[in-house]
Amino acid sequence: MALTHADVARLAALARIEMTDEELAHTAGQLDTILDAVAAVSQVASADVAPTSHALALTNVMRADEVKPSLPVDAVLAMAPATEDERIRVPRILQEEDE
Amino acid sequence: MTVWTRMSATDLAGLIASGEASSEEVTKAHLDRVAAVDPQVHAFLHVDAERALDAARRVDQKRAAGEPLSPLAGVPVGVKDAFTLVDTPTTAGSKILEGWRPPYTATVVQRLLDADMVVIGKTNMDEFAMGSSTENSAYGPTHNPWDLDRVPGGSGGGSAAALAAFEVPVTIGSDTGGSIRQPAAVTGTVGVKPTYGSSSRYGLIAMASSLDQPGPCARTVLDAALLHQVMSGHDPRDSTSIDLPGPDVVSAARRCDVTGMRIGIVKEFGGDGYAPGVERRFAEAVETLADAGAEIVEVSCPHFPVALGAYYLIMPSEVSSNLARFDAMRYGHRVGDDGTRSVEQVMRLSRGAGLGAETKRRIILGTYALSSGYYDAYYGSAQKVRTLIIQDFTAAFEKVDVLVSPTTPTTAFRLGERVDDPMAMYKADLCTIPSNLAGNAAASFPAGLAPEDGLPVGVQVMAPPMRDDLLYQVGAVLEASLQARWGGPLLDQISQEGVR
Repeated sequence: MALTHADVARLAALARIEMTDEELAHTAGQLDTILDAVAAVSQVASADVAPTSHALALTNVMRADEVKPSLPVDAVLAMAPATEDERIRVPRILQEEDE
Repeated sequence: MTVWTRMSATDLAGLIASGEASSEEVTKAHLDRVAAVDPQVHAFLHVDAERALDAARRVDQKRAAGEPLSPLAGVPVGVKDAFTLVDTPTTAGSKILEGWRPPYTATVVQRLLDADMVVIGKTNMDEFAMGSSTENSAYGPTHNPWDLDRVPGGSGGGSAAALAAFEVPVTIGSDTGGSIRQPAAVTGTVGVKPTYGSSSRYGLIAMASSLDQPGPCARTVLDAALLHQVMSGHDPRDSTSIDLPGPDVVSAARRCDVTGMRIGIVKEFGGDGYAPGVERRFAEAVETLADAGAEIVEVSCPHFPVALGAYYLIMPSEVSSNLARFDAMRYGHRVGDDGTRSVEQVMRLSRGAGLGAETKRRIILGTYALSSGYYDAYYGSAQKVRTLIIQDFTAAFEKVDVLVSPTTPTTAFRLGERVDDPMAMYKADLCTIPSNLAGNAAASFPAGLAPEDGLPVGVQVMAPPMRDDLLYQVGAVLEASLQARWGGPLLDQISQEGVR
């Protein structure tokens, strides 16, 4: 199955990645090659085989609900791209429907 | 002074412990070597000489004060840039993390520090550990010390090349599909992927969480075992960490005996697509093990050829989820925040500018494999193949103690040779991927040079989960008998074209 330019543009938008037309076209071609190469996977996987999501049989790990010191505010703010009044400043998140 | 850089970690630690050498002079010798050869090799993204020398002097003071020292105290070590180290630039090879200084230290790195090892710097890697050549590093590729026009493998090419160029005696890496073992194979060094869950992933920048596993890289089998012992063990901060004592890998490396061991050759890994020199050296390694008293049998693992396909669905799916955290809001390189754009536009611009082509490709592939309507055909089917791979291993380990194969089908390829051909690049991990999907222990050991190009070949050993000791037992025998044949360590054979 061939992925179109529009398919890849939609996936890139879902993944929040800005890509140029040239990047989208190049990626579409490479994804087709990869999907062709992995097609055998669905042929081998018959209905009677149980899926495995993880090599270990996982159970939830619980710990005591105790208050412990967290990262210092200064250390967290030092990593942030923008700060204001001891908080991380981000672009506006409301009114996107106006655009 | 050069002599310190040619020695093993074990020997250096012995000299430091006995007072015949100071950690400061050993560390200084390695820093000098980095300054001399790293402009050509580019194994390191960041070197902190002052911090390393301070740490070395502290070890020397401890020794002078008669305090107990760990078996690798005072030995320089390189850390793959995928692991956090507090206040030290950590990029995972990506532009989106350029300039980031993490506020915490990865558990495995903390264990190196607690063992008084001297961290001299962070090693180069493919962006977010995605690649088999380090060409996907946003900071430029690492060059193979055997031939500077060739790749050192990936993603941990920096950690492997630093060893082969004698810049540092031991390094740590992370292995999701072969990122420790394949670089080890193509640089003539030792690389071990421990059993999944036996070394902590806390502070390892996640690529595919159900597959990622930190492990040791070294020039000798015993050095790898000592480092393995230092870095592994239960960590309450990693919910997938196994809360059981690990096997005694150091004793296994010292035992150096395979008498009566049953060793299975994976029938599916060989033939078409494998370089003749790789097959020849692999056959020789197997003969060596037979001569040493092992029983060799051929074993079929019928689903191993489909492992690569399953991996290229499972891994990108996990990548697409894990890498969503790089949104340039709380940390990372933010682009386009000019006061007019929305948060979503800024995220898109930041990720578009900050992530490289391979990373974008895998995020988009994963987004597709998990999307409604395709989930069953792709991610769901791949999870079933994962079950079949585990069943193949279980059946094989009923017949044999360990499995062996070439580590990678070819020797080091040329820089640029596979960058536009993703499937050719991905096939470098054909033989290493099954052990990531199943979670068992696996390692690569030097097997000699391919006659056609004079480049290193690796032999892979795979052991059942929590039997990492068997890897070292086999590795030690291979090392002893092959070095007797070569007349010394394989790295002594690096030619004039490389970095001597």
